[in-house]
Amino acid sequence: MIIRQRLAAGLCTLLAALTAGGLTPTAAYADETDSKPAPQVELLLDVSGSMRARDIDGGSRMAAAKQAFNEVLDATPEEVELGIRTLGANYPGDDRKTGCKDTQQLYPVGPLDRTEAKTAVATLQPTGWTPIGPALLKAAGDFGSGDGAKRIVLISDGEDTCQPLDPCEVAREIAAKGIGLTIDTLGLVADAKTRAQLSCIADATGGTYTAVRHKNQLSKKVGQLVERAADPVVNPVAVDGAAQCADAPVLKAGLYSDREKFGEHRFYRVDVDPGQELRASVSVAADRAVDRDYGVLLRAVTTHGREIVRGQEAGDGRTDAISTGLRYPKPEATGDPDDVASNAETVCLQVSNSYSAPASVKTSPGLPVELTVDLVDGPDQASDVAAFGLGNGWWLLLALVVVGFLAGVIWGWLSRWRVAVWRTN
Amino acid sequence: MRRTRLLTGALLGAATALLALAGPVAADDDTADADKAPTQAGTSFRTAAPMQQDQKATASASTGDYLYWSYPADAGQRPTVRATVDLSSAQARHGAQTWRIDVYDGLRRRQSCMYGMQARTVPAETKSVALACTLRPVRAWSEAWANDPLPGTYYVRLTVTSLADADLGQPVSASVEAQSKDIGSSVAVDGTLSAPLVPGTTASAEKAAPADGWASGWWTGRWVWTAAGAVLAALAGIGGYALTRGSGRPVGAP
Repeated sequence: MIIRQRLAAGLCTLLAALTAGGLTPTAAYADETDSKPAPQVELLLDVSGSMRARDIDGGSRMAAAKQAFNEVLDATPEEVELGIRTLGANYPGDDRKTGCKDTQQLYPVGPLDRTEAKTAVATLQPTGWTPIGPALLKAAGDFGSGDGAKRIVLISDGEDTCQPLDPCEVAREIAAKGIGLTIDTLGLVADAKTRAQLSCIADATGGTYTAVRHKNQLSKKVGQLVERAADPVVNPVAVDGAAQCADAPVLKAGLYSDREKFGEHRFYRVDVDPGQELRASVSVAADRAVDRDYGVLLRAVTTHGREIVRGQEAGDGRTDAISTGLRYPKPEATGDPDDVASNAETVCLQVSNSYSAPASVKTSPGLPVELTVDLVDGPDQASDVAAFGLGNGWWLLLALVVVGFLAGVIWGWLSRWRVAVWRTN
Repeated sequence: MRRTRLLTGALLGAATALLALAGPVAADDDTADADKAPTQAGTSFRTAAPMQQDQKATASASTGDYLYWSYPADAGQRPTVRATVDLSSAQARHGAQTWRIDVYDGLRRRQSCMYGMQARTVPAETKSVALACTLRPVRAWSEAWANDPLPGTYYVRLTVTSLADADLGQPVSASVEAQSKDIGSSVAVDGTLSAPLVPGTTASAEKAAPADGWASGWWTGRWVWTAAGAVLAALAGIGGYALTRGSGRPVGAP
């Protein structure tokens, strides 16, 4: 009776504990999503007159875009803050100056109200000019100040009509402002000039260009790009390298971004303790049309100018970036206070590139540079080529067997000679 | 009365058992997620899609995109990366295309391919491209001035390097797989890194490690070879001695 009561009491406590335990994990999940910065995406849609053309699956381009937007608005993940901006939606007239200011925010970048956004999209009618450059400038200002990923998805069917402002250079400049912006472009039934312009805009900011000819392609691609914004990714910290090691910024472990012009050297400093290993890697991106041969050099130098180790790479052809890296394991402290090498050392990292471009390509802002710095414990140094100085392979076995056999034979002769000597005495 | 007690006891027991099982199931969802092959590729080293070896990662992208994946490789393995690009969904292409894969180590250094067609040019009618790259065997340690492959993350980049301008942006789908052959003791080197070459800014260190963790570096096949050699040498020594020792001390001697 007592045992049964105790058993029941024990079961009850266990049940209570498990219920309580089962409830806490969800609380932890809620904390996680709250602390991550919300990714922001702005869809930038071309509503110019050319969108009236009926060449996407038998319907007009505008209809295809509207249907794609509805599907994307339905499928947008909860945490993404979506906004919509239009270009060429309001002014149908012929005055170029007015036409080139025609960009309007249809739905602000923020938590998404799907019905409101869908209603706004339904009212669009193909109207006027294609001011891609001015629209990109305005779109860059639409984003809030959060730390999350920022993407613009530009959907256009024709090239920019507002020369001399080059939308590709506008894109490069807003990417260089350091707000971490990526622009992906989609060309609807694009001709050669549109394609060149849209792919230039994508390359200038590290985005992708897609050629769209069918409705389902459009919704699938825009949906994929919106979801990509929601992927958790580490954002680099902007840093300004110096022209000389003495004034260089001191970096801790992390991911950094900078800009470097053609032929420029940038220096950074890292403090390495004895027994630590410095690992650095750098990528210099080709965000504009460069010549077909290029290279990068990452060098670790002491403050007195002695080169410790370098990483270098050369390449040719079409590429997004050229990268290299280096490792510097600093030896352990010897415990001798007079040994200078046992103190923390400041290592200068020099990044230089050998990109070149024809004279028509602008040299500023510089090329995007991504630098990673890691400090880990130093390795266990090797005292031999082979693991623990051990051997491997059939030749080893053969050599050991032959030597063992010979040793046995000689020992046998020695012992026989010893017996013979003993016998004669 | 007894029946009520029995019923209550049974209910309590069942509820406890259910909750006890439900707890681990909730935790399992996380780990199950981490083991699924990625269906999207990244667009740079920073955003590379992590995958494990022997998993087939897929991505749908446009011609001209740079697709990045990353996988872990441990000491003693010789990884082979195979990529297939399916070009059939694009419309009629306007010219030949050259597709290429590059493999980089955890320090973003380009690694050489021992075997395999790393870059292939295909004419306009071909439906798919197959690329492969076999890396050198991964060593546990190397000098800082060498480019030897070390245990850690390896990045794969797939892209088109030459194409007709009109083909830019056409839809393609790609799949990538990394498999390893275990080379073992013949590439076992002395020394070990204290931490594998995984960039510190990787979003999740658990996802970046192989399924059964990084090798500790103590075990190597060389112990077996050396021990076998020692035993055989001893046996051969005894055999040689037995051959030449003669009959030893004669019978009847003092």
